[in-house]
Amino acid sequence: MQWEVVIGLEIHAQLATTSKIFSGASTAYGAEPNTQACAVDLGLPGVLPVLNKDVVRMAASFGLAIGANVSRRSVFARKNYFYPDLPKGYQISQFELPIVEQGSLDIELEDGTTKTIGVTRAHLEEDAGKSLHEDFHGMTGVDLNRAGTPLLEIVSEPDMRSAKEAVAYMKKIHSLVTYLGICDGNMQEGSFRCDANVSVRPQGQQEYGTRAELKNINSFRFVERAINIEIERQIDVLEGGGEVVQETRLYDADKNETRSMRSKEEANDYRYFPDPDLLPVELTEEFLQQVRESLPELPQQKKARFIDEYGLKADDAEVLTATRAQADYFEELVAACTDTRLAANWVVGTLAGMLNKESLDITDSKVGAAQLGGLLKRIIDNTISGKIAKEVFEAMWQGEGSADDIIDARGLKQITDSGAIEKIIDDIIAANPEQVEQFRAGKEKVLGFFVGQVMKASGGKANPGQVNQLLRQKLAS
Amino acid sequence: MSLDADEVDKIAHLARLAIDDKDVPEYATNLSNILELVEQMSAVDTTGVEPMAHPLELAQRLREDEVSESNQREHFQECAPKVERGLYLVPKVIE
Amino acid sequence: MHNKSVAELSAGLQKGEFSSEELTQAYLERIETLDKNLNSFITVTAEQALTAARNADQMRQAGKAGSLTGIPVAQKDIFCTEGVRTSCGSKMLDNFISPYNATVVERLNAAGMVMLGKTNMDEFAMGSSNENSYYGPVRNPWDQKAVPGGSSGGSAAAVAAQIAPLATGTDTGGSIRQPASLCGVTGLKPTYGRISRYGMIAFASSLDQAGPLARSAEDAAMVLNAMAGFDPHDSTSVDREVPDYTANLTESIEGLRIGLPAEFFAEGLDDGIANVIQAALKEYEKMGAKLVDISLPNSGLSVPTYYVVAPAECSSNLSRFDGVRFGYRCDDPLDLEDLYKRSRGEGFGAEVKRRIMIGTYALSAGYYDAYYLKAQQLRRLISDDFRQAFEQVDVIMGPTAPSVAFDIGEKSDDPVSMYLSDIYTIAVNLAGLPGMSIPAGFVDNRPVGLQVIGNYFTESRLLNVAHQYQLATNWHRQVPPGYE
Repeated sequence: MQWEVVIGLEIHAQLATTSKIFSGASTAYGAEPNTQACAVDLGLPGVLPVLNKDVVRMAASFGLAIGANVSRRSVFARKNYFYPDLPKGYQISQFELPIVEQGSLDIELEDGTTKTIGVTRAHLEEDAGKSLHEDFHGMTGVDLNRAGTPLLEIVSEPDMRSAKEAVAYMKKIHSLVTYLGICDGNMQEGSFRCDANVSVRPQGQQEYGTRAELKNINSFRFVERAINIEIERQIDVLEGGGEVVQETRLYDADKNETRSMRSKEEANDYRYFPDPDLLPVELTEEFLQQVRESLPELPQQKKARFIDEYGLKADDAEVLTATRAQADYFEELVAACTDTRLAANWVVGTLAGMLNKESLDITDSKVGAAQLGGLLKRIIDNTISGKIAKEVFEAMWQGEGSADDIIDARGLKQITDSGAIEKIIDDIIAANPEQVEQFRAGKEKVLGFFVGQVMKASGGKANPGQVNQLLRQKLAS
Repeated sequence: MSLDADEVDKIAHLARLAIDDKDVPEYATNLSNILELVEQMSAVDTTGVEPMAHPLELAQRLREDEVSESNQREHFQECAPKVERGLYLVPKVIE
Repeated sequence: MHNKSVAELSAGLQKGEFSSEELTQAYLERIETLDKNLNSFITVTAEQALTAARNADQMRQAGKAGSLTGIPVAQKDIFCTEGVRTSCGSKMLDNFISPYNATVVERLNAAGMVMLGKTNMDEFAMGSSNENSYYGPVRNPWDQKAVPGGSSGGSAAAVAAQIAPLATGTDTGGSIRQPASLCGVTGLKPTYGRISRYGMIAFASSLDQAGPLARSAEDAAMVLNAMAGFDPHDSTSVDREVPDYTANLTESIEGLRIGLPAEFFAEGLDDGIANVIQAALKEYEKMGAKLVDISLPNSGLSVPTYYVVAPAECSSNLSRFDGVRFGYRCDDPLDLEDLYKRSRGEGFGAEVKRRIMIGTYALSAGYYDAYYLKAQQLRRLISDDFRQAFEQVDVIMGPTAPSVAFDIGEKSDDPVSMYLSDIYTIAVNLAGLPGMSIPAGFVDNRPVGLQVIGNYFTESRLLNVAHQYQLATNWHRQVPPGYE
């Protein structure tokens, strides 16, 4: 039987505020346990929440960026359940009236087409703390530093039909929230996490199959693997005559399998109701207008502008605008050197290769945009060739200094003095009479041999264009 | 609406309250009586009435995104039943 | 000294007739001798009180004293007090030394008031008789057999017995007004949002409101001046100017329109109480007020509505008491679930458990619409009744409670009959309006309170109306025998 896969994602993006959603405690990552859990975060008797303005602004900017309906009135509700990392015994979230509803965004598929994925809703909520299981004489330690960190939960429609589409969507959301500056996107630190609802159904069937929820997947690679392994598992179950159980499953990256979280199997009854400690959040037209006006350029707009303003090819523009950091790098580079295509080639080529090799983010690049600009300028003004430039770039990467310093120190300056080049050419012609004969007999290909010889003799420093031109003159005479 | 012992157990579990078996019948009676009182509500037709969650028809006030709290861990943990190395300890949580 | 009003005490301190230390010492001695029997205090903070009194005396010498500087006050044990046990009347918090102060506590401290200690109360403010306290029932100073009302029963009894000149209380369904009525003192529940709820341990967040218990409207006005005001830590606190509540006390009430809801004088009201209320209304007529018959047609459903809304909110508010970060933790929990269930099962008393269970049930899947949503709709209807009434009248009057103080043990086996003690007070909380209870007479030697309800943020008007009555009558000056 042919199976169709149906996937919906719930993405939790930690909002990049300095203080928590309902308290004035810091959200900085990595502090000593419970040193950033204030009275409100601990849920001490008598404490009350007060909403952080930036959290609202960030959620509204996300809503506007995906063309969603940003609610003029949204309501916080309590989701009640007991868990040690949930200090109050309820999580403050949004239920019936979320702040963002009904948006969408486009993803690019491998065949070059685009597909629109619906975003059902995005709501604000507080994060829970962390349970630490190791080494407390068989007990669990609870750290509530993370409790109360603002989250935007972005819920998609079940519009994705493969793990690859899910990853493309997740990357798109990641790009968007980092573009907007509302999330740092750091997946290692858990700032951007994802739950996936996965089901399969026979091709052509209208109703959805029973879904399993895969919890807390924290890398793009794992999302794809976890979903694929879950799809296989479900198909195996169904083809073996069994039934898929609606449940929460955990992806184990080491074993590359998903397993049921039995402890959470018990049917939950969250008893949502409006939080009486908080009033409805009402957004005025002025507030939304301010948010609208402060929205940064978004990936699609930036891509169009890159094509238009810099004359880039569509696929280069797509790659360059994939992350805001990369696009910013590129624009800084263009400001330093005027050749936009050269700049684009370097960013998506040499630089990307180097970053990939060392698993670095572009913001951690060992060669900054201004530095790289200094190098590209020397290609443009013919001081060095593209090939030499790669050597210089590697030296810059090793921290040997600016392009000019390295060119000077290593004596890599291109020879543009025609007298010096002519001298080399004369020597080569004299040393290779046989090849001269061949060329003169019409064997054009031999020219390449001569160019190679001259470049080699010049230590790569001769200007290749000039070499070509002078060789033709000399060989013809 | 009258609650039986099973329902009392179910509610007590949801609320994480240990209730002695011998006390369950009394809870069942009292809770049923309270629910009977509560059911007088159905005497009034409330079709179309906007629910009122709050006595004040006001909007939520927003605070500036500023850190105002400093570390008071030792102070806050003085009233904690069981802590170690700054962590609150609970019986092992099985994931 | 204990027979003086707060204004008189303030004047005495100002003139140097006595120091705050002497005054505080005098009250502490009265507590020492008289409270053994009353049980109105859970914790007496004698040492801190004397230190605070000496500080107040120094402030006065430095010329920095306000009208409340050096005046003793008793705090209901629901307000968090840093370094002092804050039990909320519960075994759950018997060991809880609060690491911070409630805003109300901060404000009264800032005014230079001297806290005598923490008063007894129904556990987590759930009750109308003070019998639901882990620390035992409070006795009514007017009659040892009788309850003082609740949940602020300790505060009401302490003020009635003159072992504290002032006390704070909280009122979720009548918890200031009903004990004020049963103990013969003046109690005010302000408009919801007038006084910060920060640090006041929550029972039902959309209903809870703090207020003063005092021997007169004038005393209540003085302390309300210090309690009221905007608090950025409470999202439901209203950012609105606080008037001087003592400023209008002496204004004439000539022409005041007093609404009398038919529903407050119907079947179920004790005849003796009805007579006391009628006599009080005649007194108001003598002062030039006009009586207007009104109706609050949905008020009869306020008790059922309340017993959905309040338990629903409390079931969630009390989830934080789980034995992990503070409060009672059971011995040797087998596992996490055992820790939760036994800590909560052993830490909470029966009435608290009942209300948590009712609330849990009302919010659970399949019942939400029939209970919680329905109650919220009725809440609007009940509230709208008041809105319409206040288009015709300035204040509403009636009895505070349907009967005088009942005997200890009389209703403790029957939650529903206990709930009906708040039949006249609950609607006010559902609507969020301000309400007062003032002493208006006696039935069988037990006090009767007159309830005065005002429109939103008209506390000044209520206090003025109450003060005028207290100028004309002596009911508020009555002192229970043995406590003169």
